Amino acid sequence: MNSTLLEVHNVTRSYGSRAVLKDVSFAVRGGRMTGFVGSNGAGKTTTMRVILGVLAPDSGSVTLDGSPLGEGDRTRFGYMPEERGLYPKMKVAEQLVYLGRLHGMSTEQAKASADSLLERLGLTERADTLVEALSLGNQQRAQIAAALVHEPEVLVLDEPFSGLDPLAVEAVLAVLKDRADAGVPVLFSSHQLDIVERLCDDLVVIADGEIRASGSREHLRSEHAKDRYELQLDGDAGWLRSETGVEVLEFAAGYALFEVDSPATAQRVLKSALAKSPVQRFSPAQPSLATIFKEVIK
Amino acid sequence: MTYTSPSAPAATWLIAEREIRMRLRSKAFVISTIVLMAAVLGSIVIGNLLGSNADLTKVAAVGTAAEYAESTKALDVTKVDGLDEAKQMVIDGDVDAAIVANADSPSGYTVYGLDQTPGDVVSAMSLPPTVELLGEPGQNPFLIYLVSFGFGLLFFISALTFGQIIAQSVVEEKQTRIVEILMATVPVRVLLAGKIIGNSLLAFGQIVALAAVAGIGLLATGQDLILAEIGPSLVWFIVFFAFGFLMLAALYAAAAALVSRTEDLGSALTPVTMLVMIPYFGVIFFKDNDLVLTIMSYVPFAAPVGMPMRVFLGTAEWWEPLLSLGILIVTTGATIVVGSRIYANGLLRMGGQVKLKDALARS
Repeated sequence: MNSTLLEVHNVTRSYGSRAVLKDVSFAVRGGRMTGFVGSNGAGKTTTMRVILGVLAPDSGSVTLDGSPLGEGDRTRFGYMPEERGLYPKMKVAEQLVYLGRLHGMSTEQAKASADSLLERLGLTERADTLVEALSLGNQQRAQIAAALVHEPEVLVLDEPFSGLDPLAVEAVLAVLKDRADAGVPVLFSSHQLDIVERLCDDLVVIADGEIRASGSREHLRSEHAKDRYELQLDGDAGWLRSETGVEVLEFAAGYALFEVDSPATAQRVLKSALAKSPVQRFSPAQPSLATIFKEVIK
Repeated sequence: MTYTSPSAPAATWLIAEREIRMRLRSKAFVISTIVLMAAVLGSIVIGNLLGSNADLTKVAAVGTAAEYAESTKALDVTKVDGLDEAKQMVIDGDVDAAIVANADSPSGYTVYGLDQTPGDVVSAMSLPPTVELLGEPGQNPFLIYLVSFGFGLLFFISALTFGQIIAQSVVEEKQTRIVEILMATVPVRVLLAGKIIGNSLLAFGQIVALAAVAGIGLLATGQDLILAEIGPSLVWFIVFFAFGFLMLAALYAAAAALVSRTEDLGSALTPVTMLVMIPYFGVIFFKDNDLVLTIMSYVPFAAPVGMPMRVFLGTAEWWEPLLSLGILIVTTGATIVVGSRIYANGLLRMGGQVKLKDALARS
């Protein structure tokens, strides 16, 4: 598989006196879906604009397979900005062909690519409809098509799933996975952490213009799971509170989520539990993305 | 598969072509162009009808008087056999006057009217003295008025219409945010160049078409003398317009990039609109003021109207249009450089109106 590597190196950018990005570095690996999460104003859109060359960084650089990006590399990117934008008075297919040609395709190539994308996204019947006449969900699909029409080597998508119904999410996801499977690095941001959790292979978390965590989803999970356990008892678990080296995080009758100071403590807790009442479940807790997110942006 | 970016000229043309295509698709644009052409053609035809084809005064004439009356070429003469018959025709209203030879009259003829002295018949029958002009023949003041008004209005309407169109198109891209995709695809200067070239071609095409319609109209109605008189200034007008419009287009695009919504365009465009109005009103109010016209003909944004006007009046030396054109071209170049800077800085700033100082500051 011929895969591409997109890297952001120590990028800093400020608007006036306000530093929006502080020494931002991360990698987006080819063939993987990378989720980019952060609160509003954390710097996601600015980072994406810097990657796309729409905005110049104050310092730092963006490289593709190790080489810095020049103006001629713009056509290698597919971009979907957060604020959706297509010409309202142009027909869907016409617009895709125009964007394809701006990226260097011939008219025929652009037409063929637009047709197949529209079909995959279920928009074939809308090909000759003016964009302004499309429903919001269909505009969103057209927007995805606009980012993909020139068969880009790198995809940068700001909130690609917002405003999509579940069917459309699946359609868009299938198209994106296809691209990822072909070795394309896919960076997408989203506020919907459950979607990110389900879709992404890698994760980059940004807060206040700083990268707080990045790496594979599994790695992040295990990193944050190591000292947390869940316990489900038949009897009451209230005695846990008085155990040394244990901090109870959540508690409900026979259920407890707790943090321990060492694996030995965890084993000791299990033994005490078995001695007191039958144990239904005892396991390291898999933190949800939302939990990890809350923790790392603190 | 990767595609290589189109070359800058190719990308510029793609953008220009889209601008043209979208404009030609707009009914409002097509209709207003047709109306404008009809207005130009109509004013030429009507002017011609009013000027030359006025009906000749009808007279009845007897004997030798008929031959003389016809020789004036200002009267529609009906030959009759006797004075009584001629008088009867006047009474019946068939003709405005009757003319008979009268050896006793100093002029040799008697004119019979009904209830008023038929002034036009009298003046047609009078012998005009020979006139010779000692100075240059003056131009018809009505024609001067028409030409100054025509140039001024044409420039004003075209610049305002197409300036608005460019501004609208800039804000549309900003408002719909497609500008981010475009900026991620082609360099900003290519984007601006495509926009300016596309719309300038349309504006220029419209002006050339209007000039052609005016020319053909003048020829078809036999007013080729007028055409010869305004021809050179018309050609200069087109040349000046081409460069002057490029300059205005850059200004309009830059001003429009400062705002994010169509609703805010008005205030951002006001300074540019003032620049367009000055030559319009200037040429109409000061068409007789040589000093003002001379100044206007060198000030870049007023030159497209001022210089052709002076060429028409014959007050410009042969080198003056060339010098003024040179000044205009240099200014246009500088305006495009500054304009594209403002444009590039304004594009990604959403929300309120961007301050000019900020837009000029950094790239």
